[in-house]
Amino acid sequence: MSNGRPDAKTERKTLTGAEIIWKSLEALDVDCVFGYPGGAILPTYDALTRSKIHHVLVRHEQGATHMADGYARASGRVGVAMATSGPGATNMVTGIATAMMDSSPIVCITGQVGSTLIGTDAFQESDITGITLPITKHNYLISRAEDIAPSIREAFQIAASDRPGPVLLDITKDAQQASCVFDWEAAAPKPHRREPVFFPDQVELEAALALINQAQRPVILAGHGIILSGAEREVRALAERAGIPVALTLLGLGSFPASHPLNLGMMGMHGEAWVNQAIQEADLLIALGMRFDDRVTGKLSTYATKAKKIHIEIDRAEINKIVHADVPLIGDLREVLERLLPGVRPLARSEWIAQVTASKHDSAVRDIQNLPDNGHLYAAHVINALWRETKGDAIVVTDVGQHQMWEAQYYHHERSRTLITSGGLGTMGFALPAAIGAKFACPESEVWVVAGDGGFQMTMAELATIVQEKLNVKIAIINNGFLGMVRQWQEFFYDGRYESTPLLSPDFAKLAEAYGIPALTVTQRAQVNPALQTSRFHAGPALIDFRVEQEDSVFPMVPAGADLAAMIRRPTPLVERASDE
Amino acid sequence: MSEGPRTHTFVVYVEDKPGVLNRVASLFRRRAYNIESLTVGHTERPGVSRMTIVSAISEGAAHRVEANIYKLVNVLSVQDVTAASTVARSLALIKVDTHEESRRRLMEIVRVFRARVVDLAPQSAIIEITGGEDKINALLEVLRPFGIIEMVRTGQVVMTRGQRTDSPEESDRPKPIRQTVVASHSV
Repeated sequence: MSNGRPDAKTERKTLTGAEIIWKSLEALDVDCVFGYPGGAILPTYDALTRSKIHHVLVRHEQGATHMADGYARASGRVGVAMATSGPGATNMVTGIATAMMDSSPIVCITGQVGSTLIGTDAFQESDITGITLPITKHNYLISRAEDIAPSIREAFQIAASDRPGPVLLDITKDAQQASCVFDWEAAAPKPHRREPVFFPDQVELEAALALINQAQRPVILAGHGIILSGAEREVRALAERAGIPVALTLLGLGSFPASHPLNLGMMGMHGEAWVNQAIQEADLLIALGMRFDDRVTGKLSTYATKAKKIHIEIDRAEINKIVHADVPLIGDLREVLERLLPGVRPLARSEWIAQVTASKHDSAVRDIQNLPDNGHLYAAHVINALWRETKGDAIVVTDVGQHQMWEAQYYHHERSRTLITSGGLGTMGFALPAAIGAKFACPESEVWVVAGDGGFQMTMAELATIVQEKLNVKIAIINNGFLGMVRQWQEFFYDGRYESTPLLSPDFAKLAEAYGIPALTVTQRAQVNPALQTSRFHAGPALIDFRVEQEDSVFPMVPAGADLAAMIRRPTPLVERASDE
Repeated sequence: MSEGPRTHTFVVYVEDKPGVLNRVASLFRRRAYNIESLTVGHTERPGVSRMTIVSAISEGAAHRVEANIYKLVNVLSVQDVTAASTVARSLALIKVDTHEESRRRLMEIVRVFRARVVDLAPQSAIIEITGGEDKINALLEVLRPFGIIEMVRTGQVVMTRGQRTDSPEESDRPKPIRQTVVASHSV
């Protein structure tokens, strides 16, 4: 993290708490804040007139938190969201929980009623530190101006260090109004405890090396921790030197190039058959910065039973939480891999790699991508076309549901931080605001929202934010008229009783136009590429409403809690039959 | 290995700040683990408080709770001292129904248990006892026939025996992860 600008660091003068908030953020190199004003945070918004920080007015405080989150995930820097007390603060809860589950460093600043009013059920009072206690890495209730700078400085450090996560600062109105000396140097965080250096000792490293060097059928499980630690190069070196195929978690996508011959693709519930087969056949799993989510393991008692497990993870609480680690290595992933790599024996393991990739063929035959055009528009074709048109180089921000899984399957990510998606919490409505944050973090990058018709309607008010901020964000709505993933579960597991999943939507193109955003509606496969091209070459935001096949499902699928081998495969005759019509 | 619950005792050193108790207790609450007793008090170091938490949970749950308590910013150290050799004490005040005829018998019991009578009224007495849970339970058993009017018990306080200290200076250092924990969803 940056030490801050010299001017903010050296000056030492009396300021109001509100001014100190902005001075502190400036000293931490914050360039923009996503927020929404209100009574209890008004002193701070008034002081914003004297700050050079750009404020993005959102349309709902949930949007502010997702924007801060998208900003953080796209850049690796701390994202900042701001809101008033009461409903402003409680509207942030979903975004904070989303950031917590996906280890995203955000700092949320909320106004609180005056300190003498706390606990009196004052107007717009809510106990937001109590509410967010289990969904923040840490939070603060600040009622003195003197505590603001040290708390903000510490909050940024906590948010970004170790396993990152959200931190909330609840600052009373009187603390914002009071004055004190702003001394940035003196506000440096004091250590709470003698921070123990968690680092595996030589014995543990050698135990891991022995397993790696002796393994016949190893698989690397590549998780989000690779991106958070910046260990992409080291992971690639490990895979290449030792001939180890790499399976990725949803949040790990991009950490290992999709086009790399050792890349297997995404694992778990919607992973391709050969990926899960490789994991089930492996004699060693090397888990890198991942947490064995239930969407990844399926039924635990049958998960990778032949494999020893090495678990490299910075969060000690993840070790042995779900899957027993034969060799746990606790520490920063990049540092641990740097220490391991010299001892890794170079091996080709061509037999194992051939065995793993042999079963790719079966999946390819079933792949909707390889079936002839039957006149229907499938989401997979849209995602695949988007990947080709953008040459895999865009930042794609997805919502949650079927389109999210199709994105993971058909958009091939070569670089870290090019897929931004809510994995752990599975927050619908995430995509549009998170994309706004990503665009602020990476203004030079092409940013695409990929959202379903359900999730898009949860936060589509942020279209106005895009227009007000003149942001060049492109939007692809995968519109199937259903809450698609829930419909799929109803089809597979509830005898096709489509209760409350058929979904009425506005004409998204007309809606976009009402906001002044040019829009297209696409109903046929042949229109996909031209529409993408038109939107891409428009020098501003654009929206495409893709009316895709209504009752398509994501394949393959391992039912929740089932053995990884017990997957539901795409019934190949389905599409062929449709083409005969 | 078996995942049955047994009584675990945690010693937690925390910063003496508002809300810290809530943060620690919340880690049990969110997993629906019942806390049997929890005591907090000052320590020999200013600004540092010490908690003793007793909870009947499985081995896996204990590991999970311990690791998550450690992650709290205001926590200086945490130890599961269940397997350690410790001195454990709690205190109870027991108000019993007693009068002229039964008082002598009561005094005899109090003497045997090395308890104390701290209040004596014509119809009642308050007995103070300090000791391990078993001793207090045993006293309660023999007092029951007198008629227990009211009782209050502190939670346990626990200290490891000998030179070793639970205080953060030592336990700050990383400890080996216990290898015995087996994965399970059902805890």
